[in-house]
Amino acid sequence: MSAALLDIDHVSKRFIKRPSIGERIAGLLGAGRTTEIVRAVSDVSLTVRKGEVVGLVGESGCGKSTLGRIVAGIYTPSDGKVLFDKGPVAREKGRRTDKLTTRIQMVHQDPFSSLNPRMRIGDTVGEGPVAHRIVRARDADAYVANTLERVGLDPSYRRRFPHQFSGGQRQRIAIARALAMKPDLLVLDEPVASLDVSIQAQVLNLFMDLRRDLDLTAIFISHDLGVVRHVSDRVAIMYLGRIVELAPTPELYAAPNHPYTRALFESVPRVGVGRKNFRPIAGEIPSPLHPPAGCHFHPRCPFAGPRCRHEVPALLPVGEGRLSACHLNTGGTG
Amino acid sequence: MSLAPETRWSRLFNFWQDYKQSPVALAALIIIVSVVLMAIFAPLIAPQDPYNQETLDLFDARLTPGETGSGGYVHWLGTDAAGRDVFSAILFGLRTSLIVGVLAGTFALLLGGVVGLMAAYYGGRIEAVIMRIIDLQLSLPAILLALVLVAMLGQGLPQLVTALTLAQYAYFARTTHGAASAERSKDYIEAALSTPLPARQVLFRHLLPNALPPLIVVATVQVANSIALEATLSFLGLGLPLTQPSLGSLISNGFQFLLSGRYWISIYPGIALMLTVVAINLVGDQVRYVLNPRRSR
Amino acid sequence: MSEPVLRVKDLRTEFAVRAGIVKAVDGVTFEVGRGRILGLVGESGSGKSVTGYSILGLIELPGRIAGGEVLLNGVDLTKLKGEQIRRVRGAQIAMVFQDPMMTLNPVLKVSTQMIAAVRAHDNVSRKVARSRARDALATVGIPSPEERLDAYPHQLSGGMRQRVAIAIALLHKPAVIIADEPTTALDVSIQGQILAEVRRLADETGTAFVWVTHDLAVVSSLADDICVMYAGRVVETGAAADVIASPRHPYTAGLLASVPAEHEPGERLPQVPGSAPSLANLPPGCAFAPRCFKAGPACNTTPPVQHFEDGRTALCHYPIEPDSCQPLSSTSTTYQNAS
Repeated sequence: MSAALLDIDHVSKRFIKRPSIGERIAGLLGAGRTTEIVRAVSDVSLTVRKGEVVGLVGESGCGKSTLGRIVAGIYTPSDGKVLFDKGPVAREKGRRTDKLTTRIQMVHQDPFSSLNPRMRIGDTVGEGPVAHRIVRARDADAYVANTLERVGLDPSYRRRFPHQFSGGQRQRIAIARALAMKPDLLVLDEPVASLDVSIQAQVLNLFMDLRRDLDLTAIFISHDLGVVRHVSDRVAIMYLGRIVELAPTPELYAAPNHPYTRALFESVPRVGVGRKNFRPIAGEIPSPLHPPAGCHFHPRCPFAGPRCRHEVPALLPVGEGRLSACHLNTGGTG
Repeated sequence: MSLAPETRWSRLFNFWQDYKQSPVALAALIIIVSVVLMAIFAPLIAPQDPYNQETLDLFDARLTPGETGSGGYVHWLGTDAAGRDVFSAILFGLRTSLIVGVLAGTFALLLGGVVGLMAAYYGGRIEAVIMRIIDLQLSLPAILLALVLVAMLGQGLPQLVTALTLAQYAYFARTTHGAASAERSKDYIEAALSTPLPARQVLFRHLLPNALPPLIVVATVQVANSIALEATLSFLGLGLPLTQPSLGSLISNGFQFLLSGRYWISIYPGIALMLTVVAINLVGDQVRYVLNPRRSR
Repeated sequence: MSEPVLRVKDLRTEFAVRAGIVKAVDGVTFEVGRGRILGLVGESGSGKSVTGYSILGLIELPGRIAGGEVLLNGVDLTKLKGEQIRRVRGAQIAMVFQDPMMTLNPVLKVSTQMIAAVRAHDNVSRKVARSRARDALATVGIPSPEERLDAYPHQLSGGMRQRVAIAIALLHKPAVIIADEPTTALDVSIQGQILAEVRRLADETGTAFVWVTHDLAVVSSLADDICVMYAGRVVETGAAADVIASPRHPYTAGLLASVPAEHEPGERLPQVPGSAPSLANLPPGCAFAPRCFKAGPACNTTPPVQHFEDGRTALCHYPIEPDSCQPLSSTSTTYQNAS
């Protein structure tokens, strides 16, 4: 087993929304809002080994995108630390985040907003490497052409603007921009969610090719269980800011342990299963502003008992390389 | 999605195709172009140099429009109390007005743009302080601010431009701030920050070009406002002296004769001012309309 | 199948743009029976949403319905004007949008909007209208509907809002509901709940649904029938289970084959090469031909509608033969590696 490349150590992220002056005045009259704290990620630990692809799965408000952005150096954690190759990823500088490494790169979900609409794609791909002297300015053009070819785009496209490309092509450009920085770790935030089905397959194939050829390590964030199963070695299931289950992909999909994971698998419609009676998870996803006490999933869990309502279940081993956070594994919910 | 290569020229062409849909805006553009041409070539077109005291003849004073003066040419718009040909004075006045308007508009754009961009990019306390100052300034009428500034700075073209710039940059600052804040939250900025690119590069290569289109619209309108403001100041006697005539001082110059039947000394410069300002505003409106991406095609 | 409640015949919708006329919907024909759910499937730009809007007469300039019929219980909706179509819309046929806020007014309470919606078509007292609104909320599985009536839309979650939008569509027990990607923006667990409710509603109330979506998995678990669109045309129709089990059109086969969940993890996915053509610039003949592994010499002429057993159709010169067809595996080889 190779060494850990990325070490996420008890990381939490809170977003604090303070009321504005107007809202504070309204608050004196009893109408404004008070300070709101969103616990987007709470106490998450995860290591990513070199050459591995870890999938992060969850529904909205589960904190998967926030965790991805912490790894990518866009946010700094409120608690805990993230070490990449034993060094910090970013540091706080005043109110801004200062990213310290170029070896982690991110690919965003929506390729229509992740590319600067007024910049030629050659510049979009080339400006990072030039700014960080990965390539000399006069060699940039050839370098960009190479990188574009690498992601399956005609190098002659580099004089064009983003709006001249289709969604799938734009996502290739976004991937090229990340690759141009010669990253060791890629954070992909829902990279195929906004693409058409037939284009999804193209981009997933590209990702798998690149991974094989460049020995990439990646965190692959998605809400789509099928996509994550296809590309990941290990999968972490998140719910309301916590990892509830972490396991190697085949084992997880063969036998999910956590009740939430099981319920999630059950409620996903699948091609080829035909008309079926859904057994959807009951209830709403609680707001991350006011997550339920104890196990966050207990209000929707068919197995919940009194213990689940006040005691947070720890993420404990339940088999070879598997972790799950459920009281059912440790003496029941009673 | 078509892959037809789109050049700067084809974009400009499309812009023009959309722009000319409105006949009013087209007419306004023609007016502006002719006003600008007339101002540029004023020395060639004007039958008389209104600056040159020697060419003025008091015998020609207060001629009605259409009369022929001692110079042997027709004063189509009459003459003023000093024997100045009103048509020539308007041409030269337009020059001054346009120079003041464009300079003040440009400087206000630069100053306001930088201030608004900084506020949007840095956020937090810097943003709060800058934007409160801007709000405060916007709550005062621009003319009041300009009056105070001119009174402090004194007369003259540079002083006037400075006063108008300071009186107007806040509009640009607020517009830039609004546009840049909207862009700031977009993924491509996040991508630039997480590359990470240097702050300067994010600001000027990513944020600024995308916050620019609404600014261009404000700029056209503010040029018109500058011209009107300058005219107001000159009319009140605080702008430029009559030896450097602008449209405002020309209107002011004929004001005392307005009720004595010699309407032309004030009215014609007034009409020129109105045409210019209205035309610039109409063009600005149409540009705003064409640049609006949500407009249905 | 009994007499269909909605029959769309050769529907054509065009948009006049700078580049010329774009045929967003080009001769679409399908029908839906009472209590049945039709999955109208396609990728972006396929014309599936425009078809939905056209059925309700919601096309605005520069678009127009250029031809065809939309028969709702025998009445052609495309012939109705102003007041007439408004009387039908909301009463006999209703729409649910991807974004429920297209239906809901953010500054009005749910009750206010629902009561107004009831009284728009039925002359009843506010009290009766309110109780009908409450019943409708209960029908779509909203817990404590009485309380939800007094909520503002922003106080509800995305899933709840979409349920309210569906409840509003159901108020007048319409014959047909057109639903445009109604669960696309929702989480899987919430989507599952809504799909289950919709299936039950169709079975119990007899309301027919046209479910516009890009998601084959949703269609496969929800719909009775399927209608696949590509570049403004219907390329394949049939019973959902049959189409998914053995697609006859190469495009449908390609779409199905590229779903990752149906493959071994890590395996190279069969992909449809290229991307959807611009509607303003369609290739002559079959619009799919440039991406098609079965394309042959005939494909530069407009393909015929081929009819198969069980009422299935495909718009193709060279449809896939069912016996040759383990579509997932056979096409995976043919679609290999073309990018």
